[in-house]
Amino acid sequence: MKREDDFKERRKHLASLSEAELEQRFWELAEKIVDPLIELSEKNTTPSIERSVLLRMGFSSLEAQSIVEGIIDRGLLGKGAGHIVYRLAMDKNMEIRDAGLKLVDGEMWDDVVKIFQGGEK
Amino acid sequence: MDLKPNEKLDIENILKDLDKYRPRRRGWTWREGIGEKRRMGKFEYYDTSKPLKDSQPLPAAKYFNNIDPQPKSIITTEIASGRFEDDIRRMRMAAWHGADHLMVIRTAGQSHYDGLIEGTPQGIGGIPITRKQVRAQRKALDIIEDEVGRPINYHSYVSGVAGPEIAVMFAEEGVNGAHQDPQYNVLYRNINMVRSFVDAASAKKTMAWANIAQIDGAHNANATAREAWKVMPELMVQHAINSMFSVKVGMKKENICLSTVPPTAPPAPCMRLDLPYAVALRELFAEYKMRAQMNTKYMESSAREATVTHVLNLLISQMTRAEIQSTITPDEGRNVPWHIYNIEAVDTAKQAFAGMDGLTEMLEIKRDHGELAETVRELKERAILFMEEILEVGGYFKAVEEGFFVDSGYYPERNGDGISRKSDGGIGVGTVYERDRDYMAPVTAHFGYNNIEQYDKDAVDNPSKLIGGSTFEDSDKIVYIDELDENDNVYLRLEETKELRNTSKLRPEMEWLGDGIILITLFLPAEERVAEFAALEIGKKLGLEDVEVIHREIMQEAEGTRIELKGRVGFTIDIDDLVIPPKPEVLTEDEIREDIDNNPMTVVAATVGEDEHSVGLREIIDIKHGGIEKYGIESNYLGTSVPVEKLVDAAIEINADAILASTIISHDDIHYKNMKKLHELCVEKGIRDKIILAAGGTQVSNELAVKNGMDAGFGRGSNGDQVATFLVKRRREMKNED
Repeated sequence: MKREDDFKERRKHLASLSEAELEQRFWELAEKIVDPLIELSEKNTTPSIERSVLLRMGFSSLEAQSIVEGIIDRGLLGKGAGHIVYRLAMDKNMEIRDAGLKLVDGEMWDDVVKIFQGGEK
Repeated sequence: MDLKPNEKLDIENILKDLDKYRPRRRGWTWREGIGEKRRMGKFEYYDTSKPLKDSQPLPAAKYFNNIDPQPKSIITTEIASGRFEDDIRRMRMAAWHGADHLMVIRTAGQSHYDGLIEGTPQGIGGIPITRKQVRAQRKALDIIEDEVGRPINYHSYVSGVAGPEIAVMFAEEGVNGAHQDPQYNVLYRNINMVRSFVDAASAKKTMAWANIAQIDGAHNANATAREAWKVMPELMVQHAINSMFSVKVGMKKENICLSTVPPTAPPAPCMRLDLPYAVALRELFAEYKMRAQMNTKYMESSAREATVTHVLNLLISQMTRAEIQSTITPDEGRNVPWHIYNIEAVDTAKQAFAGMDGLTEMLEIKRDHGELAETVRELKERAILFMEEILEVGGYFKAVEEGFFVDSGYYPERNGDGISRKSDGGIGVGTVYERDRDYMAPVTAHFGYNNIEQYDKDAVDNPSKLIGGSTFEDSDKIVYIDELDENDNVYLRLEETKELRNTSKLRPEMEWLGDGIILITLFLPAEERVAEFAALEIGKKLGLEDVEVIHREIMQEAEGTRIELKGRVGFTIDIDDLVIPPKPEVLTEDEIREDIDNNPMTVVAATVGEDEHSVGLREIIDIKHGGIEKYGIESNYLGTSVPVEKLVDAAIEINADAILASTIISHDDIHYKNMKKLHELCVEKGIRDKIILAAGGTQVSNELAVKNGMDAGFGRGSNGDQVATFLVKRRREMKNED
């Protein structure tokens, strides 16, 4: 879009505001722009976020990559990768790290699918 | 590990036991001792911080008791050689010059790498940021910060498609600062915008937990826009979006730093454009920190021109505020920064701030009336109008789709050349997943919906309780990967440079150990293009490889061109083969002065024989040239072509302590013959044991002068301080001999 500088016209509703009021308005608008982005971020996740969870649970970057790929393939990322490893370990009475490493080795995925019922909500 | 100033950093030692290394602290550290007046040398400073334990002062510090005042701003330098093991040495040099924020640039393309890179592969224009490299650099900085006596902040980038993972790795490894701004991904890296913001919230939450200082990416609009000064309203909007987003995620405002650049540069009247903008920004963001960057947009290959622009940028920092002062190397317009230019840039900041210390005690900005006041208000209004229109069109994503950002128009003017991205396009599109109702992540510092309750109501405030602590609580859980690529790693590179590390072999370098690069400045009396190609030929004839002209500047179209030429030397020097004469000893000015005050000294001086040269001797004597007169030594200068007899007679007549004979002409060893004659005459007249004899000249060597009867000889490059030192010491010796 091309537009001439219409600042003089456009600013009329701001002309009567003090500078303190302008600054207040600036921050109110910033909040309005950002709020939906925050809400979006609270409700969603990504492969990188899930890998970052697995890192914090004591997996290497390579292990985290492999586990998250397996989860995406099975449509289960919405459960949380950390959740899946945690739950598998609990249900099978294993250490968290051992459970994750089984998944890295391509094992126990059927158990995962069974626990989370095929990924349906 | 203690390091002596004259000892090199040992890279092998840094790499040793790296798997067991743990960072000594988390989070950002500001300088200490700000806001108090400080006495240093002969002056009182208003705007400094606590001095360093050990440092490299500015060259002119020798006139001021070698003081090294440290500005109140954190000083940043950016390092990007592509080899972390060489960067470490540069970091030490920079820290000694006053940098305490060492920012490591990432290798080209890392922002599109979906995951963490491991090992120590070589990078391009930066290093691949890996756990091992970060750990090695942080470990090296621990050693360096102990040495200079000030905490050093280590910094890199949390951007691209692996932001959350990198943030976690940084928190684990004690990285202190990071760039994080989803808008950067969207606008300049074409990463899908939904993915960018969702990732950013997670990364920021981790950074907030680790107290990592955040720097945003708004300054890139300035570097990208066609006319940089016109994006000022938008820059404030970009800063606001990232700042507010960060605050809502949980970051403290004091850890949020705005990356701001004075938008323009001379010959534009930059202060008049940049200063009102700087004031408006600092007022709007009063609660946030300013990271003042230097202008890169209008940089050419002239290091001098860049430095002047950067000093003007520093004036803006001084007149407003900059908690972090970034520096741009003056060679950035022509190559990836070299060691010496990182140091130059740090010194430019340190020097300018020292020079401007306390300036705001005397000068203040006319804030409330006139041009600046009007512009400040106008900028704020334009930014507000920008945000109003973002909301009108349906929010941030819609605005990006419609090309609001980096448009070259002065908003609300629009030129239709902004960067437009699609919310359903870009790298990583379709990789955002909605969290289910039972979504759960049993770790510390996780942002967003997290159904911990379903397993343990008591763990809601501490989700990692479910797994007995995450790596943030128990660092032994971190899995350290050493190397993944056997053909590209630090050990292979170290093997290649082994000869230069553990032996007496030496080769010049600009970026990497042994790169052999040298820079030659020359003037050619030819027009620009002829000069350029002639210079290349000169480089080849000098035996240089990879010769390249990196700077050309017309002095006058017909009369000539200044050229800066770089090339590579293939040879090494063996320092064991060098004959290095001992360094001339120089007493301090105060010591010499005291000696002369207590025992006045008189000398006679002349150029002897048939020799009309006078410049050298006058430099040694004249107060104007820093000669011996400045110490109060009474000097009787007899002129040029003075017979040796006349000089000796004058010395006897005024009872001089010393004779200084200058002798430039060296044909047929006439200079040494005259020295011998002078010595013999003094013996004959019975004064030799009471008088000091010294000779000087471009062809004089101390050894041969002494052999020919002098007490000392002074060759090319000698100065008054050395001569005065000699006179005082020799007189003391003679007293002891009595």
